[in-house]
Amino acid sequence: MNILEFTLLVAAGSFAAGFVGSLTGLGGGVIIVPMLTLAFGVDIRYAIGASLVSVIATSSGAASAYVKEGFSNIRIGMFLEIATTIGAMVGAYLVGILSPGIIATIFGLILLYSAYFSARPRKEHIETRQADPLATRLKLNGMYPSLSGKKKYFVRHVPGGFGVCFLAGTLSGLLGIGGGAVKVIAMDQVMRIPFKVSATTSNFMIGVTAAASAGIYLSRGYVDPGLSMPVMLGVLSGSMTGAGILARSQTRWLRVVFAIVIFALAVEMIYKGFTGGI
Amino acid sequence: MEEQQKKWGDRSIEKIMGNLLRSGVIIAAAIVLAGGIYYLLRFGSLPPHFAIFKGEPAQLRHLTGIFQQAFTMHHEGVMQLGIVFLIATPVARVLFSVIAFILEKDFMYTVFTLIVFSILAFSLFGGH
Repeated sequence: MNILEFTLLVAAGSFAAGFVGSLTGLGGGVIIVPMLTLAFGVDIRYAIGASLVSVIATSSGAASAYVKEGFSNIRIGMFLEIATTIGAMVGAYLVGILSPGIIATIFGLILLYSAYFSARPRKEHIETRQADPLATRLKLNGMYPSLSGKKKYFVRHVPGGFGVCFLAGTLSGLLGIGGGAVKVIAMDQVMRIPFKVSATTSNFMIGVTAAASAGIYLSRGYVDPGLSMPVMLGVLSGSMTGAGILARSQTRWLRVVFAIVIFALAVEMIYKGFTGGI
Repeated sequence: MEEQQKKWGDRSIEKIMGNLLRSGVIIAAAIVLAGGIYYLLRFGSLPPHFAIFKGEPAQLRHLTGIFQQAFTMHHEGVMQLGIVFLIATPVARVLFSVIAFILEKDFMYTVFTLIVFSILAFSLFGGH
């Protein structure tokens, strides 16, 4: 295989990852690293670098679409970005300290969690009880459009959500993923922010979080332009194509298939991580 | 009423930011694509070298080196410049938010946003 064939295959795989990622709302980042390491034999540090670059591209590329819907809460996003960006720098430093086998194993565990996350049913809950006083002081409470007009929501458990966001940032920086699933948990499950607000705000945060580790990746030589080029262009065009034909009612089976694929990749990553195959 | 106006302000800021990010990504992708085509034309027939980690050469790790490489039309430098441009889009969004919060006279969020911006600046220019 020469560079031209390699580049075209990686671009095609990345296109598929971006396409499915945007249809399922999970982002393609989570399957780029397993694809590059398991199928193409790329060193995990180069794979993480290329994946992170593609994460920034999809997050920034999708931002204007999300803004139009009016769900994202810029104050929640900015406040939590303090936690995610500090975490992202910690994670990026850890890449240089931990062995590739350990990184692969952690990656596999996060994939397992993502498989569960994509398959579980989504319930919309709105917190109408009185807010956390801290949330009120920080001006985090907001409103969002619903079928029955604008609805108010209140934010709870601010310190807990801030802590989980630090963890989400660390995982993003360590694994070169967007970590959207963990950010949504922080907002949706811990802080009781409505799911749609959590999901769109988390997309906003992903790019900024990834940029905080990208600087460190760049200066440590993890970002190879020849590898990042097909990954970035593939994921970006795939996710834009996916966003164009978004039909949510038909994505249920796709989410299940995607969950199965992620589960299989997770097992393989953990196995290879333990046996030293990565 | 006051709350309503504030929300509208937020929305238009976000709209501008959304478009800013989108244009940034398109420009970055175009630079990467141009460098990529050049790279494939010249080196497409060589074997790939990503299986063993060596780390990138020093001139592709730092902004000044990347700019130098890109302006001498070195293929990897051009692609890396596109990637740097891409990394800069969320940083620009944060910088834009600083201005937006100053205009809204929201002191607390101006400080929060400046904290995020300093973290990003440290990551990009800290020299690790």
